Amino acid sequence: MARYEVRLSGSGGQGIIVAGIILAEAAGIYEGKEVCQTQAYGPEARGGASKAEVVISDAEIDYPKAIQPDVLLAMNQKACDTYAHDLKPGGLLVVDSTLVHDLPSRQAIALPFTKIARQELGKEMVANIVALGALAKIAGVVSLGNLEKAVLARVPPGTEELNRRALAAGVAAAQDFLRGKVLRCLDEPLGTTEETML
Amino acid sequence: MAETTKLIYKYLRHDKKFPHVWCPGCGNGIVLGALIRAIDRTGYGKDDIVLVSGIGCAGRMPVYVDFHTLHTTHGRALTFATGIKLAKPRLQVIVIMGDGDATAIGGNHFIHAARRNLNLTAIIVNNNTYGMTGGQYSPTSPYGSLATTALYGNIEHPFAIADLAVTAGAAFVGRSTVFHANLLDQLIEQGMQKRGFAVIEAVSHCPTLYGRKNKLGGPVEMLLWQKEVAVRVEKAQKMSEAELAGKITIGVLADRELPIYTQELKKIREAAKAQAAAKDRAKSPHGCE
Amino acid sequence: MARAVGEAEPTMGEKQTVAKPQLLQGNEAIVEGALAAGCRFFAGYPITPATEISEVMSARLPALDGTFIQMEDEIASLGAVIGASLAGVKSMTATSGPGFSLMQENLGLACAAEVPCVIVNVMRGGPSTGLPTNVSQEDVMQARWGTHGDHPIIVLAVSNVWDCFHLTVKAFNLSEAYRTPVIILSDEIVSHTREKFVVPDPASLTLVNRETPEVPPEWYIPYEDTPHGVPAMGIFGDGYRYHVTGLIHDVRGFPTQQPEEITAFRQRLFRKIQQHLDDIQLLETESADDAQVLVVAYGSVARSARRAVREARLQGLRAGLLQLQTLWPFPGRLLAPYLPQVRAVLVPELNFGQVYREVLRVNQGETRVELLSRIDGNLLTPGEILAKLLTL
Repeated sequence: MARYEVRLSGSGGQGIIVAGIILAEAAGIYEGKEVCQTQAYGPEARGGASKAEVVISDAEIDYPKAIQPDVLLAMNQKACDTYAHDLKPGGLLVVDSTLVHDLPSRQAIALPFTKIARQELGKEMVANIVALGALAKIAGVVSLGNLEKAVLARVPPGTEELNRRALAAGVAAAQDFLRGKVLRCLDEPLGTTEETML
Repeated sequence: MAETTKLIYKYLRHDKKFPHVWCPGCGNGIVLGALIRAIDRTGYGKDDIVLVSGIGCAGRMPVYVDFHTLHTTHGRALTFATGIKLAKPRLQVIVIMGDGDATAIGGNHFIHAARRNLNLTAIIVNNNTYGMTGGQYSPTSPYGSLATTALYGNIEHPFAIADLAVTAGAAFVGRSTVFHANLLDQLIEQGMQKRGFAVIEAVSHCPTLYGRKNKLGGPVEMLLWQKEVAVRVEKAQKMSEAELAGKITIGVLADRELPIYTQELKKIREAAKAQAAAKDRAKSPHGCE
Repeated sequence: MARAVGEAEPTMGEKQTVAKPQLLQGNEAIVEGALAAGCRFFAGYPITPATEISEVMSARLPALDGTFIQMEDEIASLGAVIGASLAGVKSMTATSGPGFSLMQENLGLACAAEVPCVIVNVMRGGPSTGLPTNVSQEDVMQARWGTHGDHPIIVLAVSNVWDCFHLTVKAFNLSEAYRTPVIILSDEIVSHTREKFVVPDPASLTLVNRETPEVPPEWYIPYEDTPHGVPAMGIFGDGYRYHVTGLIHDVRGFPTQQPEEITAFRQRLFRKIQQHLDDIQLLETESADDAQVLVVAYGSVARSARRAVREARLQGLRAGLLQLQTLWPFPGRLLAPYLPQVRAVLVPELNFGQVYREVLRVNQGETRVELLSRIDGNLLTPGEILAKLLTL
């Protein structure tokens, strides 16, 4: 694999950094790739915008940050607005449709990660894991098996089952999307913009 | 006299070029004498003792005596002593500081060392002035006193060092004057035997600078003044506030049993090891990670 | 469960497996490197962006029978570290700009009294509180000249997780071998970047321990000159009683005013470093031998520079990289052979040109030396370096 760059973004408290670490561990430890994981650091990490980047490669990684991300996950509107512009042409934009309503591109893939976490799993805080599951399924950047290993090794003891289900829910949402099915409608209205379909 | 000569021979460094740096009549020599007598009585070997000092006249004390000696930066002696004690708890670490050293530049280290209750003995020689630099006012210079930086009288109010140590949480606090040299060595001995942070304030005098500037006479007059104003703590308890005005209470001001830092540290280590072992056990059934 | 310092990790009955890769942050790798080097004492004070070093030390040291202590400030931290080292324990502290400023006086004492210790400074930008959470390389000169008075010092610069581990081991080795404080300069990017890393088998590492006296205590001369300039170090409590002071001292450790004693002591301090430059000065090169233009870089910027050099080659410009792992003593003699061979040298730095001026100083020929400076709290990108390279 040549250099592949993933940027995860959202707000502090959404578990963006943890998601970045898990993705890096899945790719680096379990898939045996070279990885570099960096993050926006500072006041952002205390409640504002949050950003984690994972660079994955078969070869040694020189520059540790994303130059032009192949994949961008935006877990809220601000992150989507801030980071979508330097996505690689033809790159993959995945957004949490629960919180992102204005999409910069008709190519964007919108899935309701937070809603799934809240309504199917009863815990909004696992939205990051739901998103990771979907991202892995859609981008194929790491195998689902290795991602699950990485998730289970990193999450707090006692939350393994919850996180396993979160991952599976994300994968299922992505599968539905990839099969071209209408996205599962959850109770709440989705907001002003329709979910974008490819 | 013969006893003293023996102690001097036993503990002073013979390869050190004397004379020492102190002025004739200085109290530092009396403190050093008391320290040597105290150490001798505790029975510690020379190799068990580390004498640490900061900067100033009192800071020059370690160089003359045959222990492990460390002359550090101004005000920081207690921090170095903390490292030594933690690295090798079997060592008896004694810290010598002056009043400026311990309570001005090193004031923060002083109160934190007292709070931490590491098993150290801190001796603070309080001569109310910065002697080494020429007689500037210190945090213990009395209100109204004269100094080379207080030509019109000192407008600041002094710290009561021993009381500060009590409040900050030291396990043992004693105060003596250098006139009461025997009490001083007893307090140092008690401080060394105490398991915990011990502070001994030695009320001393600087005839060359503080005494001359404030017209207090020579060493003899200043020593006699110490005799006059000192009141044993047992006696002071029976005296009224008015009677105690201008007096210095001497004796043991605090002696309490508190958790000792090195023992608390042992607990932390055991807890950490137990947790690491439990983690290993939890991992072993799976055989990996 | 108690085990001796340096003994391998316990395996709890499992068979020893090959060490597995972990995802480690730079700051975590610094801790792992220090522990592997035998560090068993850490004193520090919380400060961004170095705090993880304290946190991981506080988690790891107790189970190794080591000591972690959070002191009341950075002055106290380095004081405690020096004290612990005098009592025979390899010791370290970690801080950032403002804390590093506070440490300067005691750093001087460690130089003067020749006490081994390691100080990590995760640099931040700007004077004063500055830019606490941003990447910077502004303490290159402070590391060299921060404490008062002429003195030698060893400063290493880390640029990735591998460096963080191995250069920390090296820092301890240098500090023990030459009885000197060694400063590790890191930055926010290096300290917080996570990479895959396999912590090496401790047995595979070369570890250096300070030389201790072998003569009987009564023959011991604590600051005696030796062929390699480094006197054997008596450890407090081990029978070798001597005086340690920050005053200029004679060979016995006693303060001196004798001109010839002062000169001998001060010259030896420099000589003990100068005569071991082969061991101390570390330089990594990439594509430097046939280069037309060279980049001299260190820390996180070296990673950007490495990519820029590779991209320049793809575009037909023969660029090369000299990555400084040792900043001080400045490895001018290692740069010297390369400088006349190229038409230009680019020094990209996150400051106003601290290493740039050193490269100018050691450049004896007519090679053009250019600075690419970034001081806005962000890392120089490969694109910025490449663009500048293509103009040289």
